[in-house]
Amino acid sequence: MSKNSPLALIFNVLFITFMLAPLIIVCLVAFTPLGYISLPWDGFSLRWFYAILDNPHFIDAFYLSVLLGTVSATIAVGMAVPASLAFARYEFKGKGAIMAFFMSSLMVPHIVLGVAFLSFLTKVGIYGSFIGLVMTHVIIIMPYALRLVLSAVTGMDRSAEDAAVSLGASNWTVFRRVTIPMIIPGIAGGWVLSFITSFDEVTMTVFVASPSTTTLPVRMYEHITETIDPLIASLSATMIFITIILMAILDRFFGLDNILVGKGK
Amino acid sequence: MNARPYWLSAPALLLYTAMFLIPMVMTFLLSFYSYDINQGIVTGFKLANYGEVIQDSYFHKIFLRTLWMSLLVTFFCALLGAPEAYILHRMSKPWKSICMLAILGPLLVSVVVRTLGWAILMGSKGIINETLMSIGIIDAPIKMMFTTTGVVVALIHVLIPFMVLSVWASLQKLDPQVESAGESLGASSFTVMRKIVIPQIMPGILSGSMIVFALTASAFATPSILGGRRLKVVATTVYDEFLGSLNWPLGAAIAVLLLIANVIIITSFNKFIERKYAQAFK
Repeated sequence: MSKNSPLALIFNVLFITFMLAPLIIVCLVAFTPLGYISLPWDGFSLRWFYAILDNPHFIDAFYLSVLLGTVSATIAVGMAVPASLAFARYEFKGKGAIMAFFMSSLMVPHIVLGVAFLSFLTKVGIYGSFIGLVMTHVIIIMPYALRLVLSAVTGMDRSAEDAAVSLGASNWTVFRRVTIPMIIPGIAGGWVLSFITSFDEVTMTVFVASPSTTTLPVRMYEHITETIDPLIASLSATMIFITIILMAILDRFFGLDNILVGKGK
Repeated sequence: MNARPYWLSAPALLLYTAMFLIPMVMTFLLSFYSYDINQGIVTGFKLANYGEVIQDSYFHKIFLRTLWMSLLVTFFCALLGAPEAYILHRMSKPWKSICMLAILGPLLVSVVVRTLGWAILMGSKGIINETLMSIGIIDAPIKMMFTTTGVVVALIHVLIPFMVLSVWASLQKLDPQVESAGESLGASSFTVMRKIVIPQIMPGILSGSMIVFALTASAFATPSILGGRRLKVVATTVYDEFLGSLNWPLGAAIAVLLLIANVIIITSFNKFIERKYAQAFK
């Protein structure tokens, strides 16, 4: 393979700088000792990180986002596993249509989903409830969960299952002791991608979150539209740190490229 | 007939029907209702909302602005993202993985945080202006917040990873020996690029463009934070109609139009790519 020319390498450096600049700036500004947005030329201060602790509405929103992501990702994967088994192992009437139906929510812009969920939840009378929030998030993350679990089930070697059956294992035992362990990377990858997608979602959630059930990104969005201060920068920096730690864990266990490629398609 | 696959997909199917199909149908119906300041939402079947959007030059401007932004963002994502994917493809480890991480990692950070970064950089007292002014390159701050340029730059940043991923995927199928063959037969690197590489990664560029275009057309948080009220796009207009002026039927009509445009663009793009590059998918 031929090497990149120097010009190409310069382009690459500029490109990477462009990708990282806004994130690095946020992290730098978070350490400012001053009361307004500025780079910490005169020394680093953690004052704005401590300030987060004095704003319980951000802390509450963070806990809600974590809980919401955990519950929705678990439900989505819980539904994706049986559905994937059906799609990968059976030929049945309407299979293509059902699969297209599950994937079609990807084609609908999140702003349209937000509008639809808002009018539906209001009509049903569960607007502003946690359960309503969970169900809307499951719809948004389901295609991601399904894609990763389905590819794991499709790529699975079934001879181990056959062996278990011939040794007298019941269907349930085969599922629990053979199938699940073999597709666990797909399940875990699908869960993590679902969790992150739910945790970061803002456009749809802006419509369905009530003041008492507001997620962290929505709270941050509302804060930014009013004022941009070092507090929001330190909060963002904290989220970036958490993401970096998560990425390191993910990379170690599943290989980050596998998960990210799933997001792009 | 075996009922088991239906049982297996039933939980997801039920949820999708209740939480996706029904809300979508309701929104479609809502777009035909009307809104009255005193009575609120009045049920009925009128095309008045669509008429208003189609006739009012205020909405024309918003739709045209959204289209123009989407075209600009898509063009620059292709122009910058495709070469970057090619450069990455030719890199060797560990640099390849490190650069890949730097480009794809931001996808995992909330779009609100990424937009905040641009807001901090681009404000009139922002980092870019302060730096340029202290060096003495400019006297007065350049206006970047609340301009099309600012929103477009930030959207390129938010969406370009999808283009890199898409072109990257098509590069994986590219046989490096064809390139070497071209070179050994005396083709210049420009000719190799034009005749061998670009035609083969074109499906990747096109499907990346489709993703970027669709996501820009419906982007909300970035245009809302960086464009504000003065630079309304379709998504922020839907938001304002629903949560600002409470005219849900009109907001629903705009949302339905956005959805229809989105579906038409995605399906025709897909058809075009499949027809033109049928052999690439075999």
